[in-house]
Order: sequence, then C-alpha cells, then structure tokens
Amino acid sequence: MAETDKSGRRAIAATSEMKRLMADHFLSLDRAKKDGNKKVAWCTSVGPAELLHAMGFLVYYPENHGALLGATRMATDVIPAANAVGYSPDICSYLTADVGAYLKGTTPLTKAYGLESIPKADILVYNTNQCRDVQDWFAFYAREWNVPLIGVHTHRNIKSVERYHIDDLVEQMKAMIPTLEEVSGNRFDIDKLRETVGLAKRCTELWRKVLECGAVTPAPLTFFDATIHMAPAVVLRGLPEAIGYYELLLTELKERIECGVAAVSGEKHRLYWDGMPIWGKLRDLSELFSALKTNVVASTYCNSWIFDAFDPAQPFESMARAYTELFIVRDESFKEAYMDAWIREFSVDGVIFHDAKTCPNNSNSRYGMPQRMTSRLNLPTLVINGDLNDLRCYSEEQTKTNIEAFVEQLDQRKL
Amino acid sequence: MKRRFAGGIDVGSVTTKAVIVDAESRVLAGTVVYSATDFALASMQAWDECLSQAGLTSGDVDKIVSTGYGRNSVAFATKSLTEISCHGRGCLHYFPGPLTVIDIGGQDNKIIKLDGNGKRVSFKMNRKCAAGTGAFLEEMALRLRLPLEDLNHLAANADGEVTLGSYCTVFSATEVLEKIKQGHKVDHIVRGLFHSVVKRVLEMDTLTDTVVLTGGVIQHNPFLAEIVKEHTSCPVHIPPHPQVTGALGAALYALDGVIGPH
Repeated sequence: MAETDKSGRRAIAATSEMKRLMADHFLSLDRAKKDGNKKVAWCTSVGPAELLHAMGFLVYYPENHGALLGATRMATDVIPAANAVGYSPDICSYLTADVGAYLKGTTPLTKAYGLESIPKADILVYNTNQCRDVQDWFAFYAREWNVPLIGVHTHRNIKSVERYHIDDLVEQMKAMIPTLEEVSGNRFDIDKLRETVGLAKRCTELWRKVLECGAVTPAPLTFFDATIHMAPAVVLRGLPEAIGYYELLLTELKERIECGVAAVSGEKHRLYWDGMPIWGKLRDLSELFSALKTNVVASTYCNSWIFDAFDPAQPFESMARAYTELFIVRDESFKEAYMDAWIREFSVDGVIFHDAKTCPNNSNSRYGMPQRMTSRLNLPTLVINGDLNDLRCYSEEQTKTNIEAFVEQLDQRKL
Repeated sequence: MKRRFAGGIDVGSVTTKAVIVDAESRVLAGTVVYSATDFALASMQAWDECLSQAGLTSGDVDKIVSTGYGRNSVAFATKSLTEISCHGRGCLHYFPGPLTVIDIGGQDNKIIKLDGNGKRVSFKMNRKCAAGTGAFLEEMALRLRLPLEDLNHLAANADGEVTLGSYCTVFSATEVLEKIKQGHKVDHIVRGLFHSVVKRVLEMDTLTDTVVLTGGVIQHNPFLAEIVKEHTSCPVHIPPHPQVTGALGAALYALDGVIGPH
C-alpha cells in the first residue's frame, strides 16, 4: 500500500502504468510524423474521436497539451506571445498557451517524452460543444499549415436533448466523411466505427466507476487525483489501452475501499468542485485541502468524460447523443439538477465554484447558481477567482484565505 | 486566583493590530503598527506595545490567535484563523446576529453574513482587484496630492459630488484626471471616490439585517458609513475601534481556548 506524504495525501500505484501509456501515446504520434505511415488528426476534447480512430487516424488532443502547459507552469510564460499577435488575454488560455508555445517553439512534450515539437496535424477536427474558441484555435493551425479544418456545431444551452439535435449532429458528422477519407486515404467502414464506439463505451463505463468510488466515505481518491488519472479517458478513448488502465485503477481503488484507506487521511469534510482545474496549482491546492482534512470528492470537470449514451449498434446516433448530453451544453436547470444528484450521492458538505477568467463555458457561478444552490440545498458554496492556465489571473493568498475560511465555516456547521 | 488573558494579532497588508482581552471578554489594550515588509517583526512590535499598554508580560497571556494576511508569520501564536472568521467574531462582541459585516481593508474587501446564532452563513471577498479597497483611496489621494487623513473631512463637508463610473483603479485615476481638467472641485471628487468605494462593496453581495462596518479604512474614513446608509434601509453601525475588530475576534477565539467557548 502506498505511503502518505507529509500533507496526508496517498499516492496511487497505478500512476506508473498511466505514465507509460501516455508516453506510448505521444511517441506513436511522433513516430507517425517521422515515418509518415499514419495520418494525425487533431481533435477537440469531446470531438468525434471515435470517427477519427475508425478512419485510421492517430488522434492528438490540443486541450490535453493546453493542460500540460498549465500543469508544467509553462503557460503563463508563453501566453503573452499569443496575446501579442492578437489573441486576447480574455479568451481561452488553453488556446493562448498552445498558440504562444507554438510561436515560441516550445512544448512540455520535449522534457516529458523527448519530442522535438508537437505532432503537426494532417487535419483539424473540432466540436463546438466546448466553446467557440476551439474552432478559432484550430483555425490558427489550419492557416499556419494549410491543412483542412472541419468540425461539428453542437446545440448549446439546451434543457432536454431532442431528436432534431441528434439528427443535425449525425448529418454534420456524416458530412465530414469524404474529407476524412481523402486525408486518411482510407474508406469509411461502419464496422470499424462500431468497434471504436464499443471500446469508448467500455472506457467511459470504467471511468464512471472510478469516479463513483469517491462516493464512499472516506473517499479513496481526490478530485486532484482524478484530473491526472482522467488522461487516458481523454486521449485514449476508443482504444483498448484505456480499458486495461481503468480496470487496473479500479482494482486499486476497490482495494482501498475494502481496507478503509482514505485518499486524505482524517477526512473531515467532503467538497464538490465545479469548473476547470487550476492546472498550475494542482499540487498546492491538493496539499492545502489535505492539510485541512478536506477532500474534494466529486467534480463537474472529471465527470465530463462520462458518456453513457455510446452504443455500438447505433454509432452515429449514440455519438451525437453523447456529445449533446454533455453538462457543458446544457441549460442551468439541467446543470443544477445534475449537480444536486452528485452532491447527494457523494455526501458533499460544500461546493467550490472556480470562476475561470478565460473559460466562461466552464464557469457556472456567473448566473447566480451558487446562491440558488445554497438556498435550495442549505449547502455552503464558495466562488474562487482564478484561471485554468493563466496564473496572472490567480491570487495565491486570496485563494488560500478563501478556502481556509470556507473550511472554518464547515467546521462551525459541524459543531 | 490568577487572572486569565488572551490575545489576538491581525497581520494585515498595511497595518498589524493586537488586542488583549481578559476572561470576561473585556478589551484591555489595542495597538496598531505598520506591517511594512517584515510581518514577524511587525507582529512582535504590535504585541509588545499591547502588553505594555495592558500592563502585562508575555507570560500573563494564556493563548494568542493570529489572523490576517500574515497570520502564519506570527511564530508565538497558539493557532491561526482567517480574518473572515475573526472579523465576524469581533463584530458579534458588540452587535447580536444576524449581521452583514463589511470589512474594508487595505488590499481586499469582505462581506461576511452571520445568522442569529452568530454562525457564518456565507462570505465574499472582492475579486483580484484594488477597486473599492484602501489601496484605491491611497492611490487616489496620491493623484490628488492630498494627505490620506484629509479625505474623510473633505468628503463629509462637500456640497456636491462627481460621479465616477469606472470599475478599475487605473481607469478611475484617468477619470479623476478628466474631472480635474473639467474644473470640478477637489472635495466633490473625493466624495465621488468615497461613493465609488461603496459601489464596489455593494456589487459584492446584498446587505441584510444589521450592517456592521469594520477595518482600517472605516476607522479613518467613517463618512463611508453615511454613504452606505444612503443605499440600504438596514441599520448601519461601526463598532468601537473598527481597525482592531479582526484582532479582537482573534483574541476572543483565543479566549475560547482558555476558558472554553462562550
């Protein structure tokens, strides 16, 4: 059993296997660019990756690269380069970090995996379910490399998913096939798509089970663990490797639960985190919460890679449904009901909303949701101002004081 | 029988405050020194002066709680708590809940809501911006070449006011320059600046129940309370020595550790 560190955090043993998988992922992309025997498609985080895998592409996720730039604290150094060429400091800091790193000729993939540069795209495929910024982000590289830019436009702010939402998205995805065939040199094969959707479904089922382990008291994992261990669900969705990994991780977490092992020793309070992680402060925040005997046991962000709808029997329809059922494209009433259910299921004592300066679509505190939640559930809420990547928007001391004061409030409630 | 004492030290971004209370929660002494660049030194200075004012020695005080921005720099404190908890506690010493506490500090503002039992319901801190804080008034006093201590008198006695609309300290400074260029009177501008501070606070949260204003900015600029009254039907109060309310709250928490919660 792994030991705890001095702040009471317990390391997950499966991490080494995850690191190996991530290295294989990036090295295979690098080899493909060097050998030229496989084409590389860039895809947004909840873009039509299943279709791209089925068409024989290797798939690269720039949002993952954006998170790596944040986690390695390179982002704040490179963002100004993108600002200087007209990409505002107010837009997505994944975009500005990634474009800034490109302009400065640097990437965290060099130090981590020995890659000289990011793998150049043969085609760029977006889904606007995350935001409009992904389209503008990919458009930069389309101009830069003169490669095709295609994508789908998901309906946004919807209460319930309707037939016409699905039909529209299916048509949009099917319309991409001729371009994908041309760039990949492969013919579309529905059976390959069914197989990929089946693998993606198994991956997402296991990821859900991993996250649901957090409902146990004490929780065997933290939000901060989950932001790291979600990497295979993000970049290997639709591939068998992700399934093997989550089976391994789930086994370890179940062992923890059986032995009553807490990810945060002496767990006193259980929180829900809404909004993006603050990638450059993951470790600091993880240690802070652990020192306060407080575990962030559930989050909107990590749940965003649960896609219950995948169905190999109806690959296009189920992909369209999965991409449209997503929390980020739903209206406030759906979001509130969704969060309420997880809050109840996970015995949550309080909710932290991260208002990320450059990510309005993932900042759910801006339309009165925390106030409504406190009043509806009699649950304390806290809004912290920060950003996913741009640490110029983050105040260390203010955040620390806010979190400590929030935990003092939770302590007082339990007196 | 040996008398029991407890202390609180509030290491703020601009000033460091210390308070000593006795076992009956009576305030025996309260001091304020500049925090400057060495928080540990400032906390020792404030504490030594406080002991001297109370006629005590360090051995007489059973427990000390530190709070404020530099709360972890007070090596001799028994424990530390955030200023959000301590300002609330300090206000409850003078006013029963439910309360809306507005603390206007040198670098940040807070709105703290306490229920009828004195338990905290919610709190808000200003966004990472100087607007509406003591730093805003300091910057503007500098622009207007006015001593800080003159601001309250000028605002209180102004027979008019200019409206300043900007959200940002730098934009406000530009707006002030524009008002000067247009020939507006300095006291009208100062009154407008006071109103701007209050507007920034009112944007943070609603005011409910009894409103209590604390912090160094209120201590030196009590006219701000009059402007707050223009915007709410809630009763608005300033506790005695609002600059040391956080330190008082810390001392009262320390007293809990001496004689148990009271």
